[in-house]
Parts: sequence; structure tokens; C-alpha cells
Amino acid sequence: MLKLEHITWDLPDGEGILKGIDLTVPSGKLVVITGPNGGGKTTLAKIIAGLETPTEGRIFFEGEDITGLDITERARKGISYAFQQPVRFKGLTVRDLIGLAAKDALDEESLCAILSKVGLCAREYIDREVDGSLSGGEIKRIEIAMVLARQTALSIFDEPEAGIDLWSFSSLIDVFQEMRRELKGTLLIISHQERILEIADEIVVVAGGRIQAAGPREEVLPQLLGNHQVCPSCPAMGRKE
Amino acid sequence: MNDTTKQLLELVSNWDGGFEGAFNIREDGGCAARQSTKNIQITSKTDQPGLEIHVKPGTVGERVYIPACVTKGGIDDLVYNDFYIGEGADIVVVAGCGVHNAEDSEARHNGIHRFFVGKGAHVRYEEKHLGTGNGSGARVIDPVTDVHLEEDAVLEMDTTQLGGVDHTRRVTTGHLAARARLLIRERLMTDGEEVAQTDFEVDLDGEDSGVDLVSRSVAKGHSKQSYRSVIRGNARCTGHSECDAIIADQGVVSAAPELVANNGDAALIHEAAIGKIAGEQLLKLQTLGLTREEAEQKIISGFLK
Repeated sequence: MLKLEHITWDLPDGEGILKGIDLTVPSGKLVVITGPNGGGKTTLAKIIAGLETPTEGRIFFEGEDITGLDITERARKGISYAFQQPVRFKGLTVRDLIGLAAKDALDEESLCAILSKVGLCAREYIDREVDGSLSGGEIKRIEIAMVLARQTALSIFDEPEAGIDLWSFSSLIDVFQEMRRELKGTLLIISHQERILEIADEIVVVAGGRIQAAGPREEVLPQLLGNHQVCPSCPAMGRKE
Repeated sequence: MNDTTKQLLELVSNWDGGFEGAFNIREDGGCAARQSTKNIQITSKTDQPGLEIHVKPGTVGERVYIPACVTKGGIDDLVYNDFYIGEGADIVVVAGCGVHNAEDSEARHNGIHRFFVGKGAHVRYEEKHLGTGNGSGARVIDPVTDVHLEEDAVLEMDTTQLGGVDHTRRVTTGHLAARARLLIRERLMTDGEEVAQTDFEVDLDGEDSGVDLVSRSVAKGHSKQSYRSVIRGNARCTGHSECDAIIADQGVVSAAPELVANNGDAALIHEAAIGKIAGEQLLKLQTLGLTREEAEQKIISGFLK
């Protein structure tokens, strides 16, 4: 279980980006954080993964206070984080990065299985460098594949749909459902996409640095897609035509 | 051969007690061992120190090893090796150099290699340089590689220096005839007070000739590197030069690429990037469970792989 107590985060000039977030994410659930751009979602994800340090507040993971732990320590405790803007590496290959994520050198079959889940024709990719020769969509899928390879208790995905084509996006929905079913880990996904919201167990709406709504999908989603009362500043949530 | 030479040979030319094919092992300025084959003849020059290596036309799949080792201070070794590669040959040349210095006086190796590659021939040239020993005397390696490619000839040069050399000036020149290709991959790491200077100068003289030059380097400690490349397009041709450098600690890198199009159909490109390891790269690897130090090491080893 992940528990956030009064998480605040201010810019150096004192402007508040997160203003006292209290949130409990139960184990084994798929929780989607949504809300307008600039509302603090990515900052919250980075604080959980240790990439940012909260100005105030405490973070508990599996009952342990991890507020003082750095990124590496949190990763080793079982927290994974897929960046919204993936990083490129000259010289490191897909095989290298997924091997690091899995903590072991994987055989070709295992690598291919992971890459296929994110819609990459695996054998063509495993020895490619994760550099400028890959497209934004390809590199995004490799970013997601790294988190799949880690198989941790908490997996955080920051806008996984960004840059992904429709076919791969459908496949991604299946992957998230499979992770929930087989890994029994917790998935925390930042997204605006209705199709991702539709598979959530719980939805949290963050806007203006505060939680505007949180609860089971059945309660929150109709409000989001309906009259915007739950979040007047939220745009329509990737609604199907 | 002394034990230091054997250790250096393992490091710079993958020696495992012997070589398959033609070879000449140079130790402290002298010949420690030599073997020619039916297709590859190695003979001593008569007018200056060094070798002539003649590869018969059509020789395919053979290797020739020309490593040189300096094992003590006070040695200033200068050698001129000329390679004559016959038409249609396809061979590998391994020419590592190791300098060990446990003394106070300088140890130096200057290897001047000239390649005359015949029509349609293909050469893979592997060159690994290394310095060892804890003497206060400098370890210096100044290699010169001069490549002449006839029509349709190809030379791939893989050159590496990953530590221990206090001072190096690496000069490579190329002259390419029609449809010839020169591919160079340089990997270089310096640390402490080491100084490395790289100079490439290539003339693309023949129609549809091409050069692809990629240099990746890491400068740590207080080391200094300079990179200079000149590609002259004297005909319809393609030229690409890429210099990527990571700086760490107080390392200093300068890059001075130059492209000269002497022909309207010359297509020449240069890319250069110098900077510290990107913070995002470190963060990404830390989210996979690596410490910051492990992440730095992984990024550098991958970059220079």
C-alpha cells in the first residue's frame, strides 16, 4: 500500500504546485491520476519515485516511511517509474536497458516477449542503441518495457499513451490489465485517456495542486465525463467520439 | 619475450600464447617474434626501422598481427610499417600498442603505419592503445596512420585508447579514389593529467568516395583532449564526421571540425556534442535500482563500447 500524507511541493520562488495531498493507494489496484495540464500530476509521481523531494509531508510504502530514501533505494524497495519524456542513451542498447531493469541479462526469448507486449517487433530492436535513431514512439514503448521487466510492487506510468500509435495503445491496455491480474502489483497511471480511465479501479482527479475528487471509477468517471462539476477546470477526458 | 610484453599483448591484441596467421611482435624496439604465411609476407625494411607487409591479391579471411610493446622507461621506439594490400583481398590487421613504465624516465612508442589498399580490397584495422605501470616517467604513444585507398577499396579502422597513456597525438590521414570508403571509429578515455590530441585529415578525391568518422571520448580528472578533423570533398562524394565527448570532473575537451567542399557535388556533414552526462540519464538508471556511481559507470562504458 502507498500512503501520502499532506504532500506539498513549492517552486523555489514559493509558488505552491502541490498543496497538501493526502492519498491512499491500496495494493493490487489500478489507480489513474487525471486532471488538467499543470495541475501537479507529474510532480506527484516524481515525488513518489524520489525524483523530487516534497517541501512537506510524508510517504509510506508497504508500511515503511520512505520519505528520506533516495531514488535508488526506492527502486530497490519495489517502485518503478516510466518517464513521460523517455531518455535517450548513446551506446546503451535495448538489451542493455531491459537487462538492467530485470536485474539480469535476459535471453533473447524473454526480451522478445517483453518487447512484443509493447508492440515492437522484438528481434529487430534488441541490439539497437536507445539513441536518436529511434522514433519518439519507439523509445516510449521501450520505456514502458523497462517497467514491465522490473515486475515491482508499484509501477508508475506517466502519460503512457503519449506518442503511442492506436494499435500499440490497445495492446498497452491489455498489458496494464495483465499486470494487475498476474503481477498483483499496484499500478499508478497518469493519463487523460478515457480508455485508461475505463479500466481503473479508482480515479484520482488532481487540479490546482489539490485532489478534487477520488474514489471508485464507477463514481468518479461519470462525473468527469458528464458535467465537469468534479473539476471545472478539467478538459474533456480524451472522450471517444 | 619478457613477461610484461606477454601481459601487454593479452590486453592490446588478445594474445593467448600465440597468434593464428602472420605476425610480428615488437618488444622495446626489437623483433621478439615473426611469422609470415603463404599469402602474407612480413619483411624488415632496409632503410629505416620497420616492416613491409605484403598481402597477395585475393587473400580472404586471414589476419595479421603487428603489436608493439614498450616495457620500460628510457625507450623511444620509432617504427615505420607499410602495408600493401593486394586487389580483392579481405583481411584483418591487429596493431595494438602497450607501453609499461615503472621507472622515472619516459617510455615512448611512435608507430607510423601506411596502408596502400588495392582495388576492391577490404581491410579491418584494429588498434588498441594502453599504458600501464606506476613509474613517474611518462607513457607516450604517438600513432600515425596514413591510408591510401584505390577504387572500390574499403578500410574500417577501429581505434581505442582507454587509459594509462600520459600523452598521445593520434594522426590519421586518408586519400580516397573512386568509390572507396573509409570508416573510422575512435574511442578514447583520459583521466588524471593525461593529454590526448586527435587529428583526422581526409581527402575524398574520387567520384562517389566516402568517409564516415565517429569519435566518442570521455575526459575525466584534469585531463585534456583536443579533436580536429578536416574532410575535403574534391569530387562528388559523401563525408560525415561526428565527435561526441563526455566531460567529467575538471576534464577539458575542444573540438574543431572543418569541412571543405572543393566540388559542388560534395555532401559533407559534421556533428559535435560535448557535455556532462545528462542528469536525466542518471535519474533513469537510478529508477532501475543503480546507484548514481553505478549509473555513471554504465553510461560511460556503454558510450565507449
